[in-house]
Amino acid sequence: MIDILIVGAGPAGMSAAVNSVTRGKTTRIFSNSENYLSRAEKINNYLGFYNITGKELMNRFREHAKAMNIKIEDGKVVNILPMGESFMVNINGKIEEAKKVILAMGSSRVKELNREIDLLGKGISYCATCDGMLYRGKKAIVWDQSKDSAEEANYLNSIGVIVTFISKKPHPENLDKHITYINGTISEIIGNDKVQGVAEKKKNIPADAVFILRDAVAPATLVEGLKINGNFIEVNRNMETSIKGIYAAGDITGKPLQLSKAVGEGLIAAQHAALQIDKVKEN
Amino acid sequence: MAEKITYVNSTEDFDNLIAKEKLVLVDFWAVWCAPCRMIAPVIEKLADQYSEKITVAKVDVDKHQELSIRYGIQSIPTVILFKDGKIAAKEIGVKPLISFTKLLDSHIA
Repeated sequence: MIDILIVGAGPAGMSAAVNSVTRGKTTRIFSNSENYLSRAEKINNYLGFYNITGKELMNRFREHAKAMNIKIEDGKVVNILPMGESFMVNINGKIEEAKKVILAMGSSRVKELNREIDLLGKGISYCATCDGMLYRGKKAIVWDQSKDSAEEANYLNSIGVIVTFISKKPHPENLDKHITYINGTISEIIGNDKVQGVAEKKKNIPADAVFILRDAVAPATLVEGLKINGNFIEVNRNMETSIKGIYAAGDITGKPLQLSKAVGEGLIAAQHAALQIDKVKEN
Repeated sequence: MAEKITYVNSTEDFDNLIAKEKLVLVDFWAVWCAPCRMIAPVIEKLADQYSEKITVAKVDVDKHQELSIRYGIQSIPTVILFKDGKIAAKEIGVKPLISFTKLLDSHIA
């Protein structure tokens, strides 16, 4: 079992990883998307690094992590299940077990579609490898919202799902030729008790399932009972969420959405989590 | 623990089971389903904890498509509580133990 599993490799997640390793805890860190920081043109309020670019600072963070043998693994967390003393974490359909979990996926810019939450599990899915097999021989729409969408669409196609790929981006080169590609976006999901299709511009496309593949799953759907305030996860001074053993750090906990805060929160979360693990060992 | 779980072998089996037992908790799952593996220990715990009060069963949706179509299984794990042969409650997705104990307690009381 892993001591501390970290989701997200931005400043908060990396800071948490560094501090977790420093405290002698087995640590794994997963990330699925490009970091927001690396797109910042200039950063003038991070102490000691006047006028640095986001990209350069991010590279330094990565070098720091690398020097401490921290490897950032590719993966998106789909859901988390508290098991009493530990957590089971579903990462793209692979289950990992950890004593503590730190959520550091950044501020959620996820805007859920009308009816999306109501129809979750009734044709709406966030994970192709989790639910794909149920739709063999049926029609599914893959809504491209992240870099791995084409691969997931190909997976669905390979197991016998009839796939339509809707994307704002140009036709991906690696998309299987049997997959229908539509350049556009979904405005609405159609269906009362279960998914019947989607509205794309003014056209309706019938489907049995819609796979919404964003960079991150909305925090509220990650784990049952996680307290959310607006788009942010509620935490206490120890960065612990409403679920004991699950921490949140960085932009995901709310404003100010700033680098120094994220780094500080990552440290607090990791140190508190490490302390709790040590306490259990002593008893 | 696991011997307290009934593995459904046929539609007929299943129909007999929900007709005979007052409360049956059914876990619709499949071998390839990772979230199902997550809740498997939760289901086992329930079977143990409520062994006197309810029957816990598992239906492999790949082997029993007729049942998964009948109950409109769109995502797994889906856990359905049958009371007197009828659907009393349905939980979709990965849920902690307490969600199920709350649900069962409300139906047993």
